Amino acid sequence: MKLAAAIDAPSFGWLKLELPSLVVLALLWQAVAMLVGDPVLLPTPVATVMAGYDHLMAGDLLFNLGITLLRVAVAFVLAMVIGGAIGIALGRSPALDRLFGGWLSVALNMPALVTIVLCYVWFGLSETAAIVAVTVNKAPTIAAITRESARAIDRPLLEMSQVFAVPRLRVLRKIVLPQLAPSFIASARAGLALTWKIVLVVELLGRPNGVGFQIRTFFNYFDIAGILAYSLAFIGIVLAIERFLIQPIERRVGRWRQV
Amino acid sequence: MSMGMIGLRLAGITRRFPGPRAKPVLDGIDLDVAPGTFLALIGPSGVGKTTLLRIVAGLDHGFTGTIAWSEARRPRIGMVFQEARLVPWLSIIDNLLLVADESARDEAMALLAEVELAGCETVLPAQLSGGMQRRAALARALLAKPDLLLLDEPLISLDRACAGRLRTRLAAYWHAHRPTVLLVTHDLQEAVDLAGRIVALAPDSGRIMLDRRIDIPAPRDPAHPAVAALLGELRDLARDWPMPPTPAAETAEDYFTGTGALRSVG
Repeated sequence: MKLAAAIDAPSFGWLKLELPSLVVLALLWQAVAMLVGDPVLLPTPVATVMAGYDHLMAGDLLFNLGITLLRVAVAFVLAMVIGGAIGIALGRSPALDRLFGGWLSVALNMPALVTIVLCYVWFGLSETAAIVAVTVNKAPTIAAITRESARAIDRPLLEMSQVFAVPRLRVLRKIVLPQLAPSFIASARAGLALTWKIVLVVELLGRPNGVGFQIRTFFNYFDIAGILAYSLAFIGIVLAIERFLIQPIERRVGRWRQV
Repeated sequence: MSMGMIGLRLAGITRRFPGPRAKPVLDGIDLDVAPGTFLALIGPSGVGKTTLLRIVAGLDHGFTGTIAWSEARRPRIGMVFQEARLVPWLSIIDNLLLVADESARDEAMALLAEVELAGCETVLPAQLSGGMQRRAALARALLAKPDLLLLDEPLISLDRACAGRLRTRLAAYWHAHRPTVLLVTHDLQEAVDLAGRIVALAPDSGRIMLDRRIDIPAPRDPAHPAVAALLGELRDLARDWPMPPTPAAETAEDYFTGTGALRSVG
C-alpha cells in the first residue's frame, strides 16, 4: 500500500521551480509593456488581471469559459472514442490498414480551417457543425497515435491468449487496452491542447458565444486586455485539467512498470 | 477421468523457414498420439521441437501436412511456453484467472500452492524470480483443464529440488486427469521419469529417429534395469547433440523470495 500511496500522491515539487519561473515571465511581460508604453497595444500583467476581474464580476468570463469547455469536452470525448476505435482497427488489421491508411493520411493533412468552413457551409452555423468540425479535426491524430501502439501490441501475450482460447472481450480488456492506455493518454494530452485551440477558431468563425466569439468581439473593439485576460483564464484551466486530471491518470496506468 | 481424452494424428508435417537453409526444419513428421498419452519430445537444440509444439498449438500456420484430433471438437489446450508469458500488469492470481472463470479462484489458489507459490497471489510477475514465474505459468496451464497439455521445457531453470518435486506433482496430475501431454525437454532423466512414450527428433534431417514406449508404470525406480537401460540408450543417442547452454538455476534465495515478493503492492 505504501508504494501505491507514494505514486498516487500529487507532487507539489513544481511549486519550487515552475512557479518562480512563471513569475519571472510575468515580470518580463511587465518590463516589455512598460517599454512599449502603450496600455492599449500591450497592457501590463496587472492591467490584464484587472480586466479579467472585471469580466469575472460581469459574469461573461465564466459563462463563455463554461460554453467553450463544454464544446471542448464533447468534441474531445467524441474524437477519442472514434479516433481510438479507428486506430485499433487499423493497427490490428493489416488489410484494413492497407485499404484505409491512405484515407487517414488525407485526413491528417486536411487543414483545420478547411474542415471548419466546410462544416459550417454544409451544416449551417450550428452547434452540431461546430462539434463535428472539431471532432473531424482531432480524430485522425488520435487514430494515428493509437494505430502505432496497436501495431506494437505484445505478440507473445496474444499467442498465449489464443492458445488458451481466452474470450475475445477478456483479451481486449485485460491485454489489449492496458497496452494502449499509455499512448491513449499521451494522445489525450496532445489532443486536449489541440482541441481547445480548434474550438476557439470554430467559435470565432461561427458561434454567438464562447471564448473564441468573445475574442473576436474584443478584436473588433481593439480590447487587447480582454483578449489576454480571456486567454490567461483559459490557459489556466487547461493546465489545471492536464496537471490534476490527466497526469494522475497517467501515473496510475503506468504503475505496474515501476515495480 | 474428469476430462475428455483427445488424441492427435500428425501426418506429413513439413515446415520450412525462409532463408538460405535449404532443408526443412521438420520433414514429413508422422505421429499418432493416443488419447491420454504422456509423450516426451527430445532432440538436440534447433531441431524443431518447439516448432512442432507451436504447430500443434495452432500458432504456426506455415507448415504443410495435416493435424487431426481424435474427437470432432478442437481440444482445450494448456501450454507452458519457453518464457513464462505472464501479463505484466496483472497479479499472479489474475494471470491464472485469465484462462478460467472467476469461479475457479479457489482452484487457482490451490494450484498456486501446488507449484509452491502460496502467498504470491497478489504480487505482479516482475516481483517474482524467473523460476517462480515459470511455476506460475505451469499453474495457469493446469487451471485451463486441458485435454492437451503442451509443455516446452516447463521445469528448466528451476532449483533442482523444486524441479524434482514439481516433476512428481506433474506425474500425479497426469495420473489423476489423463490429459494428452507433449513435453519438450532436454532433460533425458525427466523424459524417462515422466513419459509413457519418448520420441526423438534427429539432428539435421527433420525426421523422427526414435520412438519408444515405456511400459513400466511411473513413478519409475531409476535402478530398475529396464529404466536404467533406456536412460543409457538415450544418453548414448544424445552424446553428440548440441544442447542449449543450461540457464542459471534458481538460487535458494530466488526460490524463497523471488526478487521482490516481500515488497508490497497496492
